[in-house]
Amino acid sequence: MYKPRPGLILYLFFSSSRVQKKRAVLTVASIAWGTLSLLLLLSFGEGLGISTATAMRGIGNDIAVLWPGSTSLAWQGLPPGRPVRTVIEDIDLLKNRVQGLAGAAGEIQNYGAGIKYNKFESNATVKGVTWSFGELRNHIPAPGGRFIDPMDEQQRRRVAFLGNKIAEKIFGQEDPVGRTLYIEKIPYTVTGVMMPKVMMGNYNGLDEDQICIPITTFKAQFGINNLQMIIIKPDHPDRMAFVLEEMNKVLGAKYRFDPTDKRVFGTWDTVESTKGHRKIMSGLKIFLGIIGALTLIIGGVGVANIMYAVVKERTREIGIKMAMGARRTWVTGPVVLEGMMYTLLGGAVGLLMAMTLIIILGKLPTEGNEAVAMLGKPTLSMSIGIVSSAILGVIGLIAGYFPARRAASINPAETLRYE
Amino acid sequence: MFFSKLLYNVKSESKSSPDEVINISSLGKVYNTGKIKFEALKGVDLKVSRGEMVAITGPSGSGKSTLMNLIGCLDTPTSGTYHLRGEAVSALNKLELAEIRNRRVGFIFQSFNLLPQISVYENVEMPLLFGGVSRNKRKAKIVDLLTRVGLEERMEHKPTELSGGQMQRVAIARALAMDPDIVLADEPTGNLDTSSGGDIMNLFQELWEQGRTILVITHDPALAKRAPRRVEIKDGRITMDTKGQ
Repeated sequence: MYKPRPGLILYLFFSSSRVQKKRAVLTVASIAWGTLSLLLLLSFGEGLGISTATAMRGIGNDIAVLWPGSTSLAWQGLPPGRPVRTVIEDIDLLKNRVQGLAGAAGEIQNYGAGIKYNKFESNATVKGVTWSFGELRNHIPAPGGRFIDPMDEQQRRRVAFLGNKIAEKIFGQEDPVGRTLYIEKIPYTVTGVMMPKVMMGNYNGLDEDQICIPITTFKAQFGINNLQMIIIKPDHPDRMAFVLEEMNKVLGAKYRFDPTDKRVFGTWDTVESTKGHRKIMSGLKIFLGIIGALTLIIGGVGVANIMYAVVKERTREIGIKMAMGARRTWVTGPVVLEGMMYTLLGGAVGLLMAMTLIIILGKLPTEGNEAVAMLGKPTLSMSIGIVSSAILGVIGLIAGYFPARRAASINPAETLRYE
Repeated sequence: MFFSKLLYNVKSESKSSPDEVINISSLGKVYNTGKIKFEALKGVDLKVSRGEMVAITGPSGSGKSTLMNLIGCLDTPTSGTYHLRGEAVSALNKLELAEIRNRRVGFIFQSFNLLPQISVYENVEMPLLFGGVSRNKRKAKIVDLLTRVGLEERMEHKPTELSGGQMQRVAIARALAMDPDIVLADEPTGNLDTSSGGDIMNLFQELWEQGRTILVITHDPALAKRAPRRVEIKDGRITMDTKGQ
């Protein structure tokens, strides 16, 4: 009939003789250092993951960008290689006919439109877009402005929404909203400026350097009706493939191509690339975690070392307790507890240091340095906390277990005889 | 539970008289360190009854400490049998041996072997804690024991603040804490001056008169003389036992 007695083990742990302070401090410091390395590596990984994921979303969340091309399959007696030219009205067709679609937008670009404001003259990419483009492609207006709205599109208003970089280039410190800008000698009123954003991927240039105008106005001014880009967003990321298929059916019926022909539209599926990114990031985090854990193991060796010394020093003490009837677990328990205590104490110190450093690093300015901005802010998360505590706990347990085994193997008869 | 207890009593009575505490027959101990085999005990027979005080003497290296370790269940014999109050000790596992050391045996050492970092009170408390005695009973017991050895004023002191004779009295209180069947003392006066050694001897005398079973290993002829029974060991064998005479 064995009764475990945690209270007794705790009492024995607290009433054991204490080790030299300096030695204990050094051991705790080595664990703290290991914990600090582990936490910093993991939180840098987390920060990098967050900032790159944000940058990936710069183009838009869970969207697909399609550009019309030519058919690759014969269909209903028609030969392959026919170009498919989608038009502005097709966006409304898609919105009405495709199931599971959260949104669709069209885009036509003019790469070198002349821009004039007062004495400033330049060329810029001007894109005619449908009003839903802003939300799908994350063109978020800075306070005080707005994106192109359905009325602008319907009434072919001459309004423009500027990328933040080009706005600064043209207007400098002035507020562009409400001012008149000439695009190819036609006056446009600026309705808004885009909030700055980081973009990891793009097509035909960065949004911050471009100007958006209503697609209907674009058609009226430049006489182009064919869409260059179609942007679609499914109501759920998992339904992307389904929505793309549905879209092919609808447009295939209109333009007479095989709905299974995957090469009519070039497709950039950001859901897929986000998945790839996530895999790379978790691989990176595991790698960083392993490096951190290895550093921490060195600290664990330090704890094991000091616990071996403790057991050696306490040989007599342990022998006395055994002579008085202490069981194996009453001898090993306090040793394991002490190893755990050093490890967890070091872990707590390391955590405090890591938190301080992370707060300081978070306050450092990163503006103007793209690389540092992309590296992101180191971030401590719950999962990092759990992983680190688990690693610390295991190391502490192992570091205490082996010395405790030695303690249990002490022969009291030999230790008690001599001074 | 009840039956096993009953059975146990029957068994113990069938094996020996109820007064018999130690029954050792042809006990042998060989230390095997790989290269060297050393036969410390070469077949020892010894019976000790309840209430006896036995002095075990012999030159150093004669095997008397080995015998004490075996009697105290700190070590296990390589041959022969040992019954403590009718129970065959050689058949027990480590956990059961720890239990025996806790409940049946009280140790007193030449170098006192008190734990220096805890108080006198806590030192005496240690075997009671191991035995799972409740807090109130522990307290009553410790106060009673320390009063009996004349150290009730020193309960909260650390052992290092006491004299040698006082430390040995604490060790005696500790040895008696669980009311053991036998008290084993290994050179209890070896580290003491004559006067405090005499005090300790008087204390042993008192304990014996109270009916304790005491085994004392000693070089000290003065202490040995006070024991009613003397056993002498030489070269791993008992060469003299005054009871036999």
